[in-house]
Amino acid sequence: MANAAAHGSDKNYLNETSGIWSWLTTLDHKRIGIMYFVTVMFFFLLGGIMALLIRLELMSPGPTIMTADTYNQVMTYHGAIMVFMVIIPGIPAILGNFFLPIHIGAKDVAFPKLNLLSWYCLMAGALLAFSTLFTHKIDTGWTFYTPYSIKTGTSVVTMVIAAFIMGMSSILTGLNFIATVHKLRAPGMTMYRIPLFVWALYSTAILQVLATPVLGITLLLLTMERTFGVGIFDPALGGDPVLFQHFFWFYSHPAVYIMILPAMGVVSELIATFSRKTIFGYTAIAYSSLGIAGVSFFVWGHHMFVSGQSTTAGVLFSFITMLVGVPTAIKMFNWISTMYKGSVQMQSPMLFALGFLFLFAIGGVTGIMLAVLPVDVHFHDTYFVVAHFHYVMVGGTLMAIMGGFYYWFPKMFGKMYSEALARFSFVFIFIGFNVTFFPQFVLGAMGMPRRYFDYIPAYHSLNTISTVGSWLIATGFLIGLYTIINGLTKGAKAPANPWGGKTLEWTTTSPPPHFNFDVEPVITAGPYEYR
Amino acid sequence: MSTDSHSAHGHEHHVAHHFRSAEHEYLTSKEGIWLFMVTEILMFGGLFVGYSIFHNIYPEMFAEGAKSLDWKMGFTNTLVLIFSSLTMALGIYFLQRNQAKKAAMSLAITIFCGAIFMVIKYFEYTHKFHLGLYPGRFLDVTKVGAEHANLGMYFGFYYCMTGLHGIHVLLGMGLISWVLFRTVRGDFNSNYYTAVEGVGIFWHIVDLIWIFLFPLLYLVG
Amino acid sequence: MMWFNLAQAQSFMPAEGTKIATQVDNLYAFLLLASFVSCVILIGGMVYFVWKYRRKTNSDKTAYITHNTFLEFLWSFIPLVIFLGVFGWGWYIYHDMRSMPTDALEIHVFGKQWAWEFEYKSGVKTGNMIVVPVNKDVKLIMTSKDVIHSFYIPSFRIKQDVVPGRYTALWFNADKLGEFHVFCAEFCGTQHSGMLATLKVVPQAEYEAWLEEESQVGNLPLAKRGEKIFAVKACASCHSVADASTKVGPSLWKKFAASEHVEGEADVNVDENYLRESILNPNAKIVKGFPKGVMPTFQGQLNETELNALIEYIKTLK
Repeated sequence: MANAAAHGSDKNYLNETSGIWSWLTTLDHKRIGIMYFVTVMFFFLLGGIMALLIRLELMSPGPTIMTADTYNQVMTYHGAIMVFMVIIPGIPAILGNFFLPIHIGAKDVAFPKLNLLSWYCLMAGALLAFSTLFTHKIDTGWTFYTPYSIKTGTSVVTMVIAAFIMGMSSILTGLNFIATVHKLRAPGMTMYRIPLFVWALYSTAILQVLATPVLGITLLLLTMERTFGVGIFDPALGGDPVLFQHFFWFYSHPAVYIMILPAMGVVSELIATFSRKTIFGYTAIAYSSLGIAGVSFFVWGHHMFVSGQSTTAGVLFSFITMLVGVPTAIKMFNWISTMYKGSVQMQSPMLFALGFLFLFAIGGVTGIMLAVLPVDVHFHDTYFVVAHFHYVMVGGTLMAIMGGFYYWFPKMFGKMYSEALARFSFVFIFIGFNVTFFPQFVLGAMGMPRRYFDYIPAYHSLNTISTVGSWLIATGFLIGLYTIINGLTKGAKAPANPWGGKTLEWTTTSPPPHFNFDVEPVITAGPYEYR
Repeated sequence: MSTDSHSAHGHEHHVAHHFRSAEHEYLTSKEGIWLFMVTEILMFGGLFVGYSIFHNIYPEMFAEGAKSLDWKMGFTNTLVLIFSSLTMALGIYFLQRNQAKKAAMSLAITIFCGAIFMVIKYFEYTHKFHLGLYPGRFLDVTKVGAEHANLGMYFGFYYCMTGLHGIHVLLGMGLISWVLFRTVRGDFNSNYYTAVEGVGIFWHIVDLIWIFLFPLLYLVG
Repeated sequence: MMWFNLAQAQSFMPAEGTKIATQVDNLYAFLLLASFVSCVILIGGMVYFVWKYRRKTNSDKTAYITHNTFLEFLWSFIPLVIFLGVFGWGWYIYHDMRSMPTDALEIHVFGKQWAWEFEYKSGVKTGNMIVVPVNKDVKLIMTSKDVIHSFYIPSFRIKQDVVPGRYTALWFNADKLGEFHVFCAEFCGTQHSGMLATLKVVPQAEYEAWLEEESQVGNLPLAKRGEKIFAVKACASCHSVADASTKVGPSLWKKFAASEHVEGEADVNVDENYLRESILNPNAKIVKGFPKGVMPTFQGQLNETELNALIEYIKTLK
């Protein structure tokens, strides 16, 4: 390792070649990961601005800063950007692209050209999606429910095709990861020696490959319905608008796990490293990832308890949804047990991991509440649901992205960031998040439906608190952005292994060389051997 | 463990740096192609599910729709595609035996079969347009004298399913032309023919989907 | 411990208006309690471990513990039992919630962009207001005229999507007098959040008197009748009548006999024929500055007398 560190000063993946063209045509998984990072950050900024606008409008009842139509558009773009362009590509495409091959001792992903193509697909989809901002916009919500999406006068077709292309991007990433995990593991790297981050990405990839095509055909059918009126979702021709919801959630429920499973993987890494302890129940965590992925295909109906599906279907879907709770609970207990008799260091990545556990616990128990049929009937399509999925998607996934990013920043760029600034960003995000979204649970319990431009006066004070919270979150992310820029420009040189991690990326230089390792590693033990 | 990427496999093709051997690369690529085929099948799967749901609800309407299709044309197309699958397989077979000329011939025949398929499809489509059998709300029930008011939905399915399949046939023809070009250029031999194999798998899946589409649309009544 | 959650649940949720609502709240209170306890165990355990096993020196030795089958069995099995327990409890209530009573007062509900219409057996129609007798089973038979809506009465803890092309149903038995909110809970476009209705629970006698009074609408003067129709068809959700303020469509205040700028044509004079055309074929002439295709046609939904009544009413808006 000393030898590797001595090498680090000359050539690495960042300075191997230079110029914008060398980035746009790169086949290096690390560079593609960085390109995803830059673009996803940009989308996150846009989606975040939309979120702030939404909160500002809802600060008090009645029109505040925009009209109802504008609100519906902003709400739609916020959802579509955050789902299709931020959280779904988020961890797999940024951190996964960068670290999955390194974690298994490979030089690259199985199909580097497809990897680059998937980035271009995301770009093409995103450009197409943003092009609607300059035409008729879109106001259907990110779910595109028929028949509203067929009747509205906005640019649904363009947006839907954009989502289709971004789906292609997701499929290509997933396919690439499965083949990479199957075929490119280094000598001695058995499936039970891969880090849990890789297990999580692997489970995610299976979902991406199996679920996204169904979204593809659903969106194509919606396009057909809008342009040719084929009648499948149109009651006038004997079609069924609710069928669209079945198709849509058959993809979009697994997609929820596409968003959260990689976050769970990141958290497993962070907790093991900063507790300096082998993970508790490796096999259980690995199999619960697969278990969650498997069961997630059979729970889509819990989005439709009040859609008019039969009572029997409702009962069945509620039952299966309960089963998803078990592997999730297993993971929570395993992470916490990992810290038992460990040596817990409160570095900023660990703060984010603990923040994840805190918020995900709340997101998890409210998820169980929503799975209970009569309780969901009351909460369905209210702010309770909004709060729940933000606790999981933002409190879970975004906390993990931030934690993972602070964890791997020294490896990715070879620089250290300011620990104090990073902690500062955590405090703002964590407190701001709870101030924003906890009142929304109460609003939901009080009956405030989601996607509301205006509301009755009873909901006023909690909405105002929520809006103030959104400013705190924004401050936290801005500090985070500054931490990164500051680290990139002024950061001290990072050692190869600043945190004492045991996974393979810490055995190579910071930043890693073009082919990841100077010598192909040979693996003789599991990933978290802190003895 | 050899990581030598300049091993003596093939004269044009170099094994990419992250693979250990040509065999390793071949198996990995093949897995990738099969994974992609899984997504194709699932995508068409959505259409098949929609078809079966509505066929279940409106069996008579679907029967009426199926009656207006010409099963002879569909059957001819089925034969054409099955034959093209055979020639595609032959193309790979000849490459494995280093008979590039015969392989190129087989691939050319495969493209030709694809073209025949599309021409027949074109005649079927234009004939239906002529009769006013448009999809969904464009189908004028009184004009075509339909018994079922929602016959448009059958043609909605017909055009979506055969249209998406047709796009895949066109894509397949494009891909085969690309490997044909590379075969003629001499890129492939018994050591390296991954691209042809991949395109072949794609073509077989496209044929397979047609083999399900044909009875569902033309025969089930 | 129950006092904590029951009290919280009631102060944070709208007043319970039915027995089912009370049952739902009890289950919710149990869930809150169970969730609170599990979060205390999880987060408390986490905080305790973080503090107890904080890093003291840089060369701390840690225990090498890979797993513990018994513990792992416990924390899979106990949650499973709890989850299945609440599932069963939920099923029991859901069953009551979804089993339609046989001898109920049936009211037809139509959802449309962006108003609720109610039609009683006697032919009485109301817009955005539904009156029901107390302590009586009421069944709502619902369908939509355009996109999917969702009929939601927070106080009764019930909600059901309203889907075009089919009927869905809800039932309730209100045991409290008073007025309750009805929301649309499925996104349906511009005025989604304005698609509100009021549910009035009144004593049986008052209900009957109200129904009788409403069925006398036919004898009212034309303009009065027009005002009723204007309310039933919820025209007010898009057109203001008391001042010139703009909602979704143009205001109708002082509109009659005025001159109107229309898209792509010479100005028109607002007379009976223009109003008639705007109601039956709203896209024929679009007032400048307003989008096309928003207003639905009322062709076939209003008879000639109703149309006259509406126009007479609009004439009175000064």
